[in-house]
Parts: sequence; C-alpha cells; structure tokens
Amino acid sequence: MRHIISMLLENEPGALSRVIGLFSQRNFNIETLNVAPTEDPTMSRLTVTTNGDERIIEQITKHLNRLIDVIKLVDLTEGAHIERELMLVKVKAQGSARDEVKRTADIFRAQIVDVTPSIYTVQITGDANKMDAFLQAVTPLGVLEVARTGVSGIARGDKVLSI
Amino acid sequence: MLARFLKDEGVEYIYGYPGGAALHIYDALFRQDDVKHILVRHEQAATHMADGYARASGKPGVVLVTSGPGATNAVTGIATAYMDSIPMVVLCGQVASHLIGEDAFQETDIVGVTRPIVKHSFSIRHPSDIPTVLKKAFYIASSGRPGPVVVDIPKDMTAPTERYEYVYPRKVKLRSYNPVSRGHTGQIRKAVELIMSARRPVIFAGGGVITGRASEALTALAHRLNIPVITSLMGLGAFPQNDPQSLGWPGMHGSYESNMAMHNSDLVLGVGVRFDDRVTNNVTRFCPDARIVHIDVDPSSISKTVHADVPIVGAADNVLNEMLNQIGQRTEAQEPLDEWWETINAWREERRGKLYEPAAAGEPLKPQQVVEAVHRVTHGDAYVVTDVGQHQMFAAQYYKFNQPNRWISSSGLGTMGFGLPAAMGIKLNYPDEHVVLFTGEGSFQMMMQELSTCKQFGIPVKIVNLNNASLGMVRQWQDLNYKSRHAHSYMESLPDFEKLIEAYGFKAITVRTPEELEPALEEAFRSKDELVFLDIHVDPREHVYPMQVPQGAMCDMLLSKTERT
Repeated sequence: MRHIISMLLENEPGALSRVIGLFSQRNFNIETLNVAPTEDPTMSRLTVTTNGDERIIEQITKHLNRLIDVIKLVDLTEGAHIERELMLVKVKAQGSARDEVKRTADIFRAQIVDVTPSIYTVQITGDANKMDAFLQAVTPLGVLEVARTGVSGIARGDKVLSI
Repeated sequence: MLARFLKDEGVEYIYGYPGGAALHIYDALFRQDDVKHILVRHEQAATHMADGYARASGKPGVVLVTSGPGATNAVTGIATAYMDSIPMVVLCGQVASHLIGEDAFQETDIVGVTRPIVKHSFSIRHPSDIPTVLKKAFYIASSGRPGPVVVDIPKDMTAPTERYEYVYPRKVKLRSYNPVSRGHTGQIRKAVELIMSARRPVIFAGGGVITGRASEALTALAHRLNIPVITSLMGLGAFPQNDPQSLGWPGMHGSYESNMAMHNSDLVLGVGVRFDDRVTNNVTRFCPDARIVHIDVDPSSISKTVHADVPIVGAADNVLNEMLNQIGQRTEAQEPLDEWWETINAWREERRGKLYEPAAAGEPLKPQQVVEAVHRVTHGDAYVVTDVGQHQMFAAQYYKFNQPNRWISSSGLGTMGFGLPAAMGIKLNYPDEHVVLFTGEGSFQMMMQELSTCKQFGIPVKIVNLNNASLGMVRQWQDLNYKSRHAHSYMESLPDFEKLIEAYGFKAITVRTPEELEPALEEAFRSKDELVFLDIHVDPREHVYPMQVPQGAMCDMLLSKTERT
C-alpha cells in the first residue's frame, strides 16, 4: 500500500542524505520526495511517499526514527489528511490543440502560466491522481516536459506535527 | 581543546595513526601527559583495539586517524563495531575547510563513506564547537543502543594559532534523541502473564543484556522462574554457563539442546537480541509453537525478522527488574515446568560425550580439545578474544563463560583480523588479567603487523593459533556444499611462525601432538607479563558441529559427519 510519511528533520548538512541513504541501504523504495525549511529555520519538513506492506512501513518508520537528525515523524496515511502536489507541464499548443489545452486546463482548474506561439506551460495542483489524470488527458496533444514537486501533505483537523 | 576534552571526558588511551590532516591534534597530544596515544601499524587495528576495550569495559573506545587513507582504513573496524552495537568515537582528520570538495591531497568524504555504518556522524564547522560536538559524540555512542560515531575535523579547526575559551560541557541535550529506559508497564504485565502460563518457556538473552548491564536481573528472573536460559553468541556470559539452567547458545553452530529447546518452546522471552539469520535459520519455520516476547532498547530491532507478540521497548535492566517486581506481587502460581526440564535433560543426555573424539597419542590434535585445555589452564576466567572462522566457533562452544564482558568476538560482521588488536586493547587496560586470543593462521595474517605495536608498548597477550593450514570454515562449506572442491581455502606458503614471532622478540611454542599440549600451555600461561604465541597444529579435516541444515528449522542439524536430526 502507498504511504505518505512526513517528518521534521534537523536543517543540517548531510541530514537529507541520511534519510535517502537509509531507504537504499535497507532496500525500501521512495516514490516521491519533497523537502523544504519550515517556519523554524533550524528544521526542514521532508515528505516521502513509499510502498510496502504493514511490516515494511513499520520498519521504515522505526529506522527513520532511529536517525538522530529525524526529530519527529508521522505516517499521514494513517488518518485523514490533505495531500498536494504541484506540477508544471509544457504542452504543444498549435492550431486546434491550442483551444483544447486551454479547455482541459480549465476543467482541471489548472492555470496557464507561460505562453509562446507554440507552447502553453500549465501549472496544476492537487493529489497524485489528479496529476496523472491531467497528464493522461493532454498526452495525445503532445507533452514536451513535466516537472512535479512530489507529494507534500498535512493531517486534517487538530493534529499538528511540531516539537 | 580536543586534548583537554578527552582528558576531561576521562579518556585514558586513544588508538591511532598520525598523518597530515591530524598533525595539529598530534602536536597537542604530544604536549600533555593525561591521554596516552597508542600507535598502531594500520588504522584498522586502532578501531579494533578501541572496540576490544569497549566490549570489555562497556565504555566507548576512542580512535584518532588522519584524512583520506587513514580514515578509509578505519572503515572495516567502524562497520564491525556498528554490527555489534559497540560504543566507539572515531576522530578523523580532514583537509582544511577551504579545500573540501576539491579532491585535495588525502581528501575523502569520510562522513559520506561511513554513513550506513555509524550511529551518527559530525563535521566540525567551527573550532569553538569542538567540546560540544565531542560531548554529543560520546553521549550518542554510549547511550541507548550503542554504536560508533565519526567526527570529521578539518585541519583548520584545530589550528594552534587560534585560541578559544574552553569549557567542558557536563551535559548535552539533543531534541531529536531521547533513548527510552523504562518499559511500558502494561506491556510488561502482558509479558508476565504469558511467561507465567507458559509450559515450555525459554529465555533468549543477547548482547543487549551485557551492554545494558542486566546480567544480574536476568539471572535473578531466570532463577525465580526456573526457566532455561539460552544466550546468543553476543550474549555469552550474560548468564553463567556453569549454571544448570544454562543451555548454551543457539543457531548455526549452537548446542543441540539449545536449538531443540528453542524450536519446541511455547514461549521465547527475547532480551536484547535481534533474532538474526544465523540464529533463526529459515525464519518461516522458526519456533512454530512459540509466542514471542521481545525486550529491546531499539524499537527497530523488534519485529524486524521475527514478529513479536508482545514488544517491549526499554532498557533490559529496567524491564527485567519491573518483571521481577510484578511477579512478586502476583498471587496465581506459575505453570509447573518439570516435564519441560525432563525433555530438555533428555536432549542433553542424547549428545553427552558425543561432541567430538579427542585425539589419541600421536594423532593430530583436535581444535576442540585445545580450547578445553586452555579453559582448564586459565580457570575459565580469562578474557577470550577470537578472530573469525572455525576456531571462533570452537572457542565459543568449548570455553565456558560465567561472567559478562569476557567473550570478545566479531559476531555480526565476522571480521577476520579483529582478534589480535582487540585482545591488545583489552590487555592494555586490564594488565593483570589473562587475555587469550584464539585465532587461525588465516585471520592472524590479516593483522599480524600489530606484533610490532605489542613490542613498542609492551602488550603481553597470549595467542593460540589453531593452525590447520587452511581456511577451515570455508573448507567445511566446500566439503558440504561443493563436493570438497577446495577453491582457495588452503594456505600455501605459510610462514614459519616460530621464526616470525621470534623476529619481533617474542616467545613462540609449536605444538603438534596431544602430549605436547598441556606442558606448552602451562609454560605459556605461567606469567601474565609475557607475550607467547602458541602455534598449535590441529586436524584440518575437523568440521564444526552441530550445524544447522540450510533453509531448515532450528532443530534441523547435522550432528557430525554421519549423523543428522
């Protein structure tokens, strides 16, 4: 099953490589990875999506917790949560396709953020399914480049990941 | 600053090798007398010396090496300590900060290289950080589940021209690191329920009992409940082996009765063990009837290979004492274990006197009888260090340990060459004790340059070389699995060990027959102040038994060349 594990990490050089190294060293897999500083500049928030049965996910969270640089972590998929990703896509937009790209973007509530005579650059946010659906819709029109941020997420309600 | 910190931290010896990037530190060490530096002949030996000391004392061993090759030579020793959860602090010189990343002379990203084999690592980024970072390194290395910590020190961080105020940090806090001590009371209650109602329980105690100084609590609990005790290889000595409740150690080459008892048990109380593959054999066939209670200070060890029915995260000492406490308050009686003990004693009887055939006069010696003879002559209370291979298994099988911290062996990583330097690290710190190294001619040749260190610093270890002129364990596997095709498992052109040892100015005795054995041992162990090398020629055809059958359950064993369960 797919899990979203989100953690607070010391904002230290090498901390990220310890997390990534752990995954390869223990034969766990990373599907997406997203990391940036938080409101407290001494901490980063890192979110990974990974796959595995319960036993593997338990091992992943335990081993991550064992890393000295990991301050706290949560498996967001254990409860209600919000999951978002941002994607930028360059799509061919010439002739009749130009309108079609615009229409599709509107349907997905995506925005066109850059325009040339032959290309639209579309920005879209949402969960991974929405990204995939949009890509599927515009692929026949000609996708030139895709940049995805990977999943970021947060728990719904009162639950807070902080120290 | 670094030298002052080491003194204030109570470090007596550090083990190392100088080089360009570490020279400021070496100069500081030269100008003080409190911290003594032992110059090894290869950096790997420095890590094993520190490791041996740490295993015997429970305190972190300290290593100092230079950048680049100095640091990479230490890697095997760091990995060895990591696999066996041994506290160690490795100080590595590094090229000056402004050169890092430029492929400077003797530059290696040692923090990167060692990342998967350390508990944690640090890079010093400002000289004034040195005391705090080192304090954190010592604290992390020795608390919770111990392990090696690497501290990378760029040369400009120790420049003698710069002066900073020094204060010894008595305590450090890390917001992301708080090792647990107390176990969950509710979980302990559940565990006690299971233990008291089990009809065929066993205690399986590991290195965590030794590290956690919980031998006393473990022994008290075992005696209180009359439960048989099996210790892992790392846990040898955690429970006295001369106690009738001791069944020895389990696994690949474990005793018949311990493998049988564990396989047939209905409850395994694991304490500070990690149920590794050399114990469980095929994990899907592991202990089919047993509920598992697993106590460990490291949550990631629990349910890693074997699912724990009752996991308890906590320090062994604390949890075991809480168990005793709860047992004292209970009114219900424990299930009687008489039948279980009858079964176990029958297993013991089955193999009594059948373990091996001692050599008759004039025949080549059996390695097992050499270990038994050394046990006799040292009265079973020496520090016993081993290398890796058949001799290691024979030493573990036939030397009986009644105290913790006396069995010193690279169990997890299985590092050949570990033995000599580890023995030296112990002898240096415990000069009044016998420190015996069981080695083989294969392992010994991996680190024999350290005889020179023994000479320089006067470190009189006793070396028992079980010389079978072959890589015995490899040969055994080739006999069993490769139709005796001995691919590179024999040692041609062995040195004349007597001459070699004498070249360093030490005494060597060669033993070839049973009659020569006892007198040679008497002579070798007469004094504790003399290094003696015993080159004991043993039967190269001997195999280590019992031996678990690959992919079988724990109880599936070869018992000799002709018998199996």
